[in-house]
Amino acid sequence: MFYRETGQLKTTYAADLQIFPIRQDRIAMVVLLVFAFIVVPFIGNDYWFSAILIQFLVLALAALGLNILTGYAGQLSLGTAGFMAVGAFAAFNFALRVPEMPLLVNFVLAGLTAALVGIVFGLPSLRIKGFYLAVATLAAQFFIEWALTKFGWFSNYSSSGVISAPRMAILGFTFDTPLRKYLLTLSIVTVLALLAKNMMRSGTGRAFMAVRDMDVAAEVIGIPLLRTKLLAFAISSFYCGIAGALWAFVYLGAVEPQAFDLNRSFQILFMIIIGGIGTILGSFLGAAFIVLLPILLNVSAHLIAGGNVSSSLLSNLELIIFGGLIIFFLAVEPHGLARLWQIGKEKLRLWPFPH
Amino acid sequence: MNWQFFLEVLIGGLLAGVMYSLVALGFVLIYKASGVFNFAQGAMVFFAALTFVSLTERGLHMALALVITLAVMVALGVAIERVVLRPLVNQPPITLFMATIGLTFFIEGLAQGVWDAQVHGLDLGIEDKPFEVAGIFISQFDLFAAATAGILVTVLAVFFQYTRIGRALRAVADDHQAALAVGIPLQHIWAIVWAVAGFVALVAGLLWGSRLGVQFALTLITLKALPVLILGGFTSVPGAIVGGLIVGASEKLAEVYLGPIIGSGIENWLPYMLALLFLMVRPEGLFGEKHIDRV
Repeated sequence: MFYRETGQLKTTYAADLQIFPIRQDRIAMVVLLVFAFIVVPFIGNDYWFSAILIQFLVLALAALGLNILTGYAGQLSLGTAGFMAVGAFAAFNFALRVPEMPLLVNFVLAGLTAALVGIVFGLPSLRIKGFYLAVATLAAQFFIEWALTKFGWFSNYSSSGVISAPRMAILGFTFDTPLRKYLLTLSIVTVLALLAKNMMRSGTGRAFMAVRDMDVAAEVIGIPLLRTKLLAFAISSFYCGIAGALWAFVYLGAVEPQAFDLNRSFQILFMIIIGGIGTILGSFLGAAFIVLLPILLNVSAHLIAGGNVSSSLLSNLELIIFGGLIIFFLAVEPHGLARLWQIGKEKLRLWPFPH
Repeated sequence: MNWQFFLEVLIGGLLAGVMYSLVALGFVLIYKASGVFNFAQGAMVFFAALTFVSLTERGLHMALALVITLAVMVALGVAIERVVLRPLVNQPPITLFMATIGLTFFIEGLAQGVWDAQVHGLDLGIEDKPFEVAGIFISQFDLFAAATAGILVTVLAVFFQYTRIGRALRAVADDHQAALAVGIPLQHIWAIVWAVAGFVALVAGLLWGSRLGVQFALTLITLKALPVLILGGFTSVPGAIVGGLIVGASEKLAEVYLGPIIGSGIENWLPYMLALLFLMVRPEGLFGEKHIDRV
């Protein structure tokens, strides 16, 4: 009875085309945004902003990018971190070589560079499918990591290959404190997430889903396969590229190519599987789960065992529990956390009556 | 061009490739019979090698340690079938793939938690001494590894071809439902396949372990085995061998002849690029089953 669209009649075309057609969703969205933009800055502290929230937001953005490619367009990719690295190093080089470029333009250009690289590595997807494609995208991962380390030009010949973020400012407003950085990240992620939510219900998103469900059938009904798949790679890499740039500039401040290794790709893949494949919400839930779980395990392990167990044994225990929990979650809810939310909404619609 | 040197590099590469095939073999077995892309194979190799070496270091005789390790690997295989695969029957392949990555974390943590995380030397009693044939130096150890791989493949081929269980395995690989319909116990078969994969992991772990030392880096050979796998095709045992030979040879040759031109460290991505180019021509790998799309 709390979540029911009954009586919400749409009288204009605009109302019919809203991103969130149900009033409760709109209210929830506004509440969430108000909470994130206004309440959190008051209740959070610097540790939460710089160590957890920014990390969560950036990884959620990367997961969103991968979800567009894997969840919506059905192209399994293990090269996410590679595309993030492209974004990070592109942003660094644009900032270095064109210092007067505005920050947001810089981020967009970094995303576009990543999109170009994504298109190149997406080309094989027309012929290669499934796990073969997943392994093929590893080529992107390893090649990009190698190229960024190998050619000094990318890191401006820094001896250790580390790039560091320039001073960030928009119209004279500098982003130097954790709180300001958090707000910058939050704004970018919010805009991009709403864009993605909107895009996935448009013709583009539907074409993606048709290709995912069966690409031959999609081609037969007139969806250009090459263009759709490459577009999916481009959009996904654009998101990942911006996430990479944020990761380097906002979260870490200084970063080397090894920060974008295969484990990062797997981490992001975990997020979308745990969160829910083919849902925007799932990217965020999964990111929260994967970011918070190790911290939670670490803290609780130290609380319980505190001091009398060796740290190597603790870290191994954390590995075991982390692996075990992932298997457990997959077994209990293979469609991810977003599916739980879906079920919850169904329950709320009917409650307190069973039918 | 120095032909003798070229041959030496080529043979060294081919023999190294056989070592990759050993790991790829474990993948193929599991993928063939259960359609699961088992990322945990590398972790299983590590676990097997570490268990064996820790047992021998505690004073057990090698043969006894081998038997115990084998028993542990079989138990692990059965446990995986029970705990991981059974609840995930009928899930999309990507979910199963993710579960095996979770399994990788679990096994890595388990291996290092039960034993320890130090580097152990492993001596199988084979000297790693090169000997000369017609002016070309060949490593004795590599030859031994190649022979082991050859025997393993032959044994597996015979097992698959002529035993009752082998026939059941092939039936399951062809069609799960049809196999179930004629009364083949699917779950037993899966447990057997995982146990056999555990055995292959043990052999690979022993060989790789005595080559590199038993250490955490052993889990990374998964990444070496993947291009082998896609070159050869996920479903083909001979494909794993041929793919391994191609990857090993081209990797060594590129390192020696291309390395000076475009820089070192290319062996990380070169096999993948090679596999990628190859897949453009044959999307199923060399010996993979041809996939026909129907609407």
